[in-house]
Amino acid sequence: MSTTYLIRNARILGGDAADILVEDGRITEVGAGLSADGAEIVDGEGLVALPGLVDLHTHLREPGREDAETVDTGTQAAALGGFTAVHAMANTDPVADTAGVVEQVWRLGREAGHCDVFPVGAVTVGLQGERLAELGAMADSAARVRVFSDDGKCVSDAVLMRRALEYVKAFDGVVAQHAQEPRLTEDAQMNEGELSGRLGLRGWPAVAEEAIIARDCLLAAHVDSRLHVCHVSTAGSVEIVRWAKSKGWNVTAEACPHHLLLTDEKALTYDPIYKVNPPLRSAADVEALRAGLADGTIDVVATDHAPHPHEDKDCEWQAAAFGMLGLETALSIVQATMVDTGLLDWAGVAERMSTKPAEIGRLSGHGRPLAAGEPANIVLYDAGATRVVDPTETASLSRNTPYAGMELPGRVVATFLRGKPTVLDGKLA
Amino acid sequence: MKKHLLSAGDLSRDDAELILTTAEELRSLADRPIKKLPALRGRTIVNLFFEDSTRTRISFEAAAKRLSADVINFSAKGSSLSKGESLKDTALTLEAMGADAVVVRHWASGAPHLLANAGWSKSSVVNAGDGTHEHPTQALLDAFTMWRHLGNLDGRRVAIVGDVLHSRVARSNALLLRTLGAEVTLVAPPTLLPYGVDGWGVETSYDLDGVLPKADVVMMLRVQRERMNAAFFPTVREYSRRYGLDGRRMANLQDHTIVMHPGPMIRGMEITADVADSDRSVIVEQVTNGVAVRMAVLYLLLGGSEPALSKNAEGDE
Repeated sequence: MSTTYLIRNARILGGDAADILVEDGRITEVGAGLSADGAEIVDGEGLVALPGLVDLHTHLREPGREDAETVDTGTQAAALGGFTAVHAMANTDPVADTAGVVEQVWRLGREAGHCDVFPVGAVTVGLQGERLAELGAMADSAARVRVFSDDGKCVSDAVLMRRALEYVKAFDGVVAQHAQEPRLTEDAQMNEGELSGRLGLRGWPAVAEEAIIARDCLLAAHVDSRLHVCHVSTAGSVEIVRWAKSKGWNVTAEACPHHLLLTDEKALTYDPIYKVNPPLRSAADVEALRAGLADGTIDVVATDHAPHPHEDKDCEWQAAAFGMLGLETALSIVQATMVDTGLLDWAGVAERMSTKPAEIGRLSGHGRPLAAGEPANIVLYDAGATRVVDPTETASLSRNTPYAGMELPGRVVATFLRGKPTVLDGKLA
Repeated sequence: MKKHLLSAGDLSRDDAELILTTAEELRSLADRPIKKLPALRGRTIVNLFFEDSTRTRISFEAAAKRLSADVINFSAKGSSLSKGESLKDTALTLEAMGADAVVVRHWASGAPHLLANAGWSKSSVVNAGDGTHEHPTQALLDAFTMWRHLGNLDGRRVAIVGDVLHSRVARSNALLLRTLGAEVTLVAPPTLLPYGVDGWGVETSYDLDGVLPKADVVMMLRVQRERMNAAFFPTVREYSRRYGLDGRRMANLQDHTIVMHPGPMIRGMEITADVADSDRSVIVEQVTNGVAVRMAVLYLLLGGSEPALSKNAEGDE
């Protein structure tokens, strides 16, 4: 028997305070001065209510790297970050390139129960970029895969990319491209700029991302399919996506919180906690990403949450793994970079972190308005709070956050997944 | 002086000049029958080499031994793909052995920086070459060699020619020579100059013949043949024609101009035998000076605030 919750005086999308009544997994009433017998009261005074966040880009590492993260721990981190749905990337071991693996990940998510897990299917067998994986089988499986990606690797072969874009049309899928021209980025370690030359770290030039995005936009237009661009990191990429959208092409794009805040100057420390792919870029790129996210050129914020065990980060930069944690800090980083700067209001945040990603992933039960009759996926967020990031406090099995010791605004107070709290008082429920 | 020597850019002009004058004092030891000083007796210096470099290791070893330090050579070969013991565990081991200084050569740019700053070890760290980043003691011995031949380096023109992109020697030299007032020109085909080199505060040129007549120093860098396979240049012959230093080009140099090479040379590629063996060539002397400069660095890092040799010092601050 599910509990009835009455959230009092929460500011829906940052607007006026209202009460939200949650019964049987749905929002049954929204308005002032609601009451319900036997309802558990949740004090929403001063909190912003947003639809449960949806991440299009999460690495849960299971199966294969359960030392770094599991579906259980990763979704705990997700819930603590205000997410009610995550898309689990396919670069596991074995790769999520069959119906069997995606169903396993999907089932693990259901069993854990912290957050819905929607597996992403690999585009090519073993992420090898040679032949298509059974995309249809994954789409038809219990996991109902709609997002396909070789993330971590680029589908660099133009013919294969064209075929993938065409093929997913049969089930309204989308190809999420990790845009990285492989030859231009062999052994690349950081953004190619003046700093990479000085530090003696092999450069990852912006053109390697932009060239692939431009090609893929043209391919998507040519075959009239749906392209999603993962982790856009450069000003040039924003311009290309803006151009593609101006043509009316079906192209969407995501930016990661770390690319909205941090720059390649962090490499001066040679601390590989800042090593990520695509790399941290210049301040001008950060500005362009923020502007693109504000004007809708970039549709969504996605975390690219990438857990790694300590030893893979406690070493030489060149030997270290790419990637950083993101789920538990994403909303705070978006507040710091977009809301507190006046670039986005909370409705804009809800659109970019919930509505749009759900739409791109074709999730009917997420990214819905906070209104009567809708599924009760809700996050309550205290935008007035501040906290200092302590890596040992994360629910993730890994500790590779680049924000350790940094003071960030905001705190997730509660997360509801279909009417059931997964987080209450900032702790796992 | 700072506790570590990680980058030539960390040295102030005073630091650099102190090292050069100390090296000058110590160099005179080489002419004495007994080449040893007691300055670092009882101190332990570890040569930690993650990458083969016989000549650099021997140079540091000779330097440490002439200062009476105990020397431990630790070869921990391994690439990023076949990692052996981690840098961290190696550092902890050396710390437990009580190393006073660690001289580190590593294939990864920034490894000495990590060793000095990650909190694994309290030793002084000397960068003996890291990846394609820096090789500060090479720059110091190069500056020392120039200084002995040309005196003050203010306004002197130094051409550094060759594979600047992959050269830690070029990076350290560019930084140090600027500090010492010299004007540096990096000469290479555009493919072998780093992206963003405009921000380094040095001149660049694609035209060796245009640069040579004005140079006081010509420093040739090694160019690996294999670079050809990654399309940095079309053929060895074309590279040599455009950027190699041969007898014909040497004839355009000023009378006092010296020719340097950090070694190992590839004769016939970036430099011809007649140039390498000519009177202008100070390549062998660079090796001798390397020991003196490394002695000075170790001496100063490990607490030698007093002049190394002369008892009638001019004062030590």
